[in-house]
Amino acid sequence: MSATTTDRLGHARPNGRPGGRPGLPQWTTAAVIWLVLLSAPLWLGLVGGYTALAAHVVVMALVAMALNFLLGFTGVMSFGHAAYFGLGAYGAGLTLRYLSDSTWFAMLNGILLGGIAGTLLGLLLCRRRGVYFAMVTIAFGQIFYYIAYRWDDFTGGYDGLRGFSRQPLAFGPWTIDIQGNGTLFYYFVLFVFGICVALMTFLLRSPFGRTLIAIRENQRRAQFLGIAVNKHIWLSFSISCFFASTAGALYALLNNFADPTSLHYNLSGVIVIMVVMGGMRSFWGPLVGAAIYVVLQDYISSMTVNWMSFVGLLFVMVVMFFPSGILGVLKRRAST
Amino acid sequence: MLQLVLFNVTNGLIIGAFYVLMALGVAMILNLSNVINFAHGNFLALGGYFAFVLIPYTGFWVALLVSPLLVGLLGYIIEQTMVRRVYSRDPVYSLLLTFGLSFIIQDVCRYIWGPNGLPLTVPDSLSQGLSEDLFFITGYRVFMMSIVIVSIVGLFAFLRYTRLGIRIRAGTLDLDTVAALGINVRLLRSLNFAVGIFLAGLAGVLASGQIGLNPNMGDDLLLPAFIAIIVGGVGSLTGTLLGGLLIGVASALTTVFWASAQEAVIYVIMALVLLVRPRGLMGEEGMFT
Repeated sequence: MSATTTDRLGHARPNGRPGGRPGLPQWTTAAVIWLVLLSAPLWLGLVGGYTALAAHVVVMALVAMALNFLLGFTGVMSFGHAAYFGLGAYGAGLTLRYLSDSTWFAMLNGILLGGIAGTLLGLLLCRRRGVYFAMVTIAFGQIFYYIAYRWDDFTGGYDGLRGFSRQPLAFGPWTIDIQGNGTLFYYFVLFVFGICVALMTFLLRSPFGRTLIAIRENQRRAQFLGIAVNKHIWLSFSISCFFASTAGALYALLNNFADPTSLHYNLSGVIVIMVVMGGMRSFWGPLVGAAIYVVLQDYISSMTVNWMSFVGLLFVMVVMFFPSGILGVLKRRAST
Repeated sequence: MLQLVLFNVTNGLIIGAFYVLMALGVAMILNLSNVINFAHGNFLALGGYFAFVLIPYTGFWVALLVSPLLVGLLGYIIEQTMVRRVYSRDPVYSLLLTFGLSFIIQDVCRYIWGPNGLPLTVPDSLSQGLSEDLFFITGYRVFMMSIVIVSIVGLFAFLRYTRLGIRIRAGTLDLDTVAALGINVRLLRSLNFAVGIFLAGLAGVLASGQIGLNPNMGDDLLLPAFIAIIVGGVGSLTGTLLGGLLIGVASALTTVFWASAQEAVIYVIMALVLLVRPRGLMGEEGMFT
């Protein structure tokens, strides 16, 4: 790809995400977000939160950003990302339960299980477009739900996989007690999140990332430029699945539990709403969406049993009134 | 053994018939409006619940017709007020919208009628078995199948011979041209949406006579309906019909040999079809993109 094309594409986008012009606003946004995330354990208690909730937010933010890699930056809509998230959770949980007591090894297995499953299914998916892509991703995602649901003796079936817990991290001669200390575990989650975010930023700023954005902007034109569109969509889907399963593995460690609902397409829908609510054209949008959703759900489900109606209403309201997401609205305010 | 296989084939055809009723509605909406209706299974449940409310006043036969009509009307109103606003937007919005609606309808059903199963009373004349050997072929099942067959034949006749049906089929192929010929495309889409939802409501009444009512009764039918469409080929309603019956029977036959794989087999069929014949059994080249 020529430099001018990427520049023009980058230029056409608003600031605040990689791929736009590098400038002060991006760095300030990132700095503010990291400051808030890193200091969270200090002030959370004052506003009625708790560390496990913060860890939950970060985990969901990671899977939402993983989906946004595909949805927001490649323009392909997967509605089955819960499958790879859940596979990551089961991969980590099953490893701790049956194989080993190394948290690192469990993470690795979870990431590989979800990522490889996504990569293989991606081969079948990558030729579909638009709603059909969504429909096939939903359908395939549901396979793993039924496997986890039916394979009682191995996965715990409907009740979910119990009987494992995250183990202290071995770092050469040192160990970090993420098992008993919630705050340390939060920083571990944040550490993994940081690595993933750095990787995503790197990928999106690379020529590969620019190519994905070109595909999003105009697929036919990208094809005429000689870009192998299907191959790029497949790669983007696979990468996104690897990040999603990383989040899933963290999720299993967070709860010491993995259950079939983490594989269900309902969760896929929730991940999409996090992305859209935050703003799917912005890099940090999904983080904001995830934070709002997780906190809101935590609050509402403690208030009423009819939380599903509220979640449904949230979906409808976002679609009808905030289609560009919260960061999208803020950005428009700022630019006018 | 033969009886067992026969029993399961019968079951498979019945389940398949429900997959087909669901899938035809989903497919009609998908083909004309490019919207995947996630709430379709919840409209099915509503059909059952409306019949449950109506039966004490009107009896079963009137409820069988009135309840789907009411559900269709509700679908029409929802299309008019919400779904139509997202047609011109990225498909992610229509998915999220119907997804949210599905949550709301399911929760409202649970709130009004409770989370537990309710029975739907069917007339006594329908509930006897036909003979000793074929105990599993009850009058109600025969009745159910006949209604399903009648409504499917009716739907295909409607699409083939009525002016509205022809316009719907034409719109599926090329909506711009249909609009350019002076046909009210907005109304066409609304009516098409209502017809699809009507089918779901009808399936809901029939299904609740067999398995009873519960708030998430439609959920188990939604994914098979998607798969029936993918297997049969997007854009072809005949394909959807075949796909639904195929996965229904395949899943029921698998139950005989390996009950745990009864869902998995559906996905295996879908994967095979996508590998060998990506456009689906009857799909047209280029539609499924």
